[in-house]
Amino acid sequence: MEANMPLTLNNFTQLENFGHSLRAPSFRFKPTRVAEICEIFQLAEREGLTVTVRGAGRSYNDAALNGGGIILDLSAMNNILDWDPATGLVRCEPGVTLEQLWQRVEPEGWWPPVVSGTMRTTLGGCLSANIHGKNNFRMGTIGEHVTKFTALLPTGTEITCTPQENADLFYSMISGLGMLGVITSVTMQMKHIESGLLEVHAWPVHDLHEHLAFLLENAPKHDYIVGWLDTMNGGKSLGRGQIHAADYLHGRQDPNPQQTMKLNNQVLPPRIFGVFPKSILYLFMMPFANNLGWWGVSTAKYVASLRKHTFRQSHAAFHFLLDYVPNWELSYGRGGLIQYQSFLPSETAEDAWREMLTMSLQRGMPSYLGVTKRHRPDKFLLTHALDGFSLALDFKVTDKNRAALSKMLKEFDRIALNAGGRFYFAKNSETSAEAAREFLGEETIQKFKELKKRCDPGNLLESDLFRRVFG
Amino acid sequence: MLESISPFSEEILSNYPKPAAATPLNPRRRGIIIGASDGIGAALARRLAREGYTLALLARSADKLESLCSDINRTTGEQRVRAYPHDVAEYEKIPALLRRIVADLGGLDLVIFVAGVNYPPGGIDKYNFENDRRMIEVNLIGAMAWLNPVAEMFQSAKAGQIVGIGSVAGDRGRVGNPGYNTSKAGLATYLEALRNRLTRRRVNVLTVKPGFVRTEMLKAAQGPTLFTIPVEKAAEDIWKAMKQRRQVIYTASIWRWIMLVIQHVPSFIFRKLSF
Repeated sequence: MEANMPLTLNNFTQLENFGHSLRAPSFRFKPTRVAEICEIFQLAEREGLTVTVRGAGRSYNDAALNGGGIILDLSAMNNILDWDPATGLVRCEPGVTLEQLWQRVEPEGWWPPVVSGTMRTTLGGCLSANIHGKNNFRMGTIGEHVTKFTALLPTGTEITCTPQENADLFYSMISGLGMLGVITSVTMQMKHIESGLLEVHAWPVHDLHEHLAFLLENAPKHDYIVGWLDTMNGGKSLGRGQIHAADYLHGRQDPNPQQTMKLNNQVLPPRIFGVFPKSILYLFMMPFANNLGWWGVSTAKYVASLRKHTFRQSHAAFHFLLDYVPNWELSYGRGGLIQYQSFLPSETAEDAWREMLTMSLQRGMPSYLGVTKRHRPDKFLLTHALDGFSLALDFKVTDKNRAALSKMLKEFDRIALNAGGRFYFAKNSETSAEAAREFLGEETIQKFKELKKRCDPGNLLESDLFRRVFG
Repeated sequence: MLESISPFSEEILSNYPKPAAATPLNPRRRGIIIGASDGIGAALARRLAREGYTLALLARSADKLESLCSDINRTTGEQRVRAYPHDVAEYEKIPALLRRIVADLGGLDLVIFVAGVNYPPGGIDKYNFENDRRMIEVNLIGAMAWLNPVAEMFQSAKAGQIVGIGSVAGDRGRVGNPGYNTSKAGLATYLEALRNRLTRRRVNVLTVKPGFVRTEMLKAAQGPTLFTIPVEKAAEDIWKAMKQRRQVIYTASIWRWIMLVIQHVPSFIFRKLSF
């Protein structure tokens, strides 16, 4: 980019969310240096435009969209600045993806302590949403492993945040959805591993009660735990599914760690059975992306999962389920998909989800995905986590079902909020300002707005999500 | 004859609240109608607002725009349309205004250029250069001044829809109003060229050629006004064509056949006709 950068109309780009269900045209800039970000802020101020920071665009909602405004795309600021295999401390630019990160650290015996279900996310995005993984109950969110980050405020001030220095900004910019400042570098502690493999256990569960009880009881015994929930079958078998738990291997459990930690033992194969290219697999999923087709797939999957078994799997294969089928989200067709994830306390989760899942089946709008996880609370300002569980559901969006689905999800919100639930700003696209106020609390919202005023007095940082939830 | 020009006012714009957020389950299409204060533009504004569009309405008369906006917003029960007083002949203001509107609407999916003036010279032996110039400035150059930057945005976004309101009067140069014929013929050719450029970028360009429509402009028509339709009917035809992403339509549709005949009248006969 030139020093004297004009805001030209030819960088007007149609951007989408991860689920391809939202489109927002914006003026997109792809800076490579912090100085350029400063210039873009000045430009935004001159033109009266707002700025939204975007990484990989893997949010299911409008977190990285800014219709009619400026998109600050940080994906080109993707250098790993320092990596010390002796201590496991890594310092990265915000556009570094989890994929780049694990591929750098894994062969030397380290693994990112918290990862999302896709490795395409950027660290800047991961911090802004404060992502969690299948070990949230044990390791917390990604923010808990950040030792330091630097950020540029829209005022042009550069700041450094650690849990001690600028602590209020440390705990609010992580989880702050990129609305307080632009994270310009991240220092994180990696987790030491002694093998490239995890020991994975799989058990069937036969209904929702057993499903949640199993997660609650077994989470403390394992490093990771995650459940698949069959969303297509109700009645007595409502909530049935399969639990996967995984443990790190220690000492002699892996006789040949040098071998298993090699990168080529980790990368996901591009072909199935060595022949079928996965890049076009989503096309073959399309015929199943309807109620009958998916009922068949879910039922078959459940039957296949009835066998209790234990196996070893590479870290990447265990974690990055969403990357198994490239572009899987396109299989939902033209209207795309939305994700609805609710976080509920252990005591109320079963009744609330029974009500939601039953409602979705009765109204003929079942979810095509059900994933359960175990969680614990954290100290970040806009936290989504709590002592309990989460259930993530994917809904196909069509021109026909929009109104009915919107109505149903409003009822879901009511059920979840009455049950003391919370929502996650990287996922739900329909959460209203009122719902957010209810679960975050007036005090948290006021505190966030005060910080916003302090960091961004000109209100330059605004996303479509910000206007929806805090506007 | 020309109305006084309302200056484009920054204060009016910044007072508007942002439109409600679009979500996957409550999507919002966003559009601009240039020349919206009455006639086909106003009817399209009402029609599209009813379809859920969020719209920026542009015209010279701030008063007319304001009352149209408050009427539409009252009917739809929410802030669907907003007024931007503007004269299309103030070309140099357009790029900044376009950016302002796109930011206010939260994006842009549709631009409809309706603005047009018609000043008949008042006889087949009369000429009026000032009027001819004004017709070209508004009907043709105004369209180019708006649609060039819009095309640039849509082509890089690889999405969007452009609608231009031409006229059956552009299909042939006739004795009655050479300036108007020329402005509309030029507009049709310009829109065709845009279509040829933009279809490959997934942008739809629709040319609408109305016959007689019951508007203020109809008073400028000379001779009998056959097949006159109300503006609502024209707006309905245009909305249908937009949904089908058509390329050229006549409204009422019978004009397609009438103009087919007229276009094929040989010159030695056409020269002798008095319309």
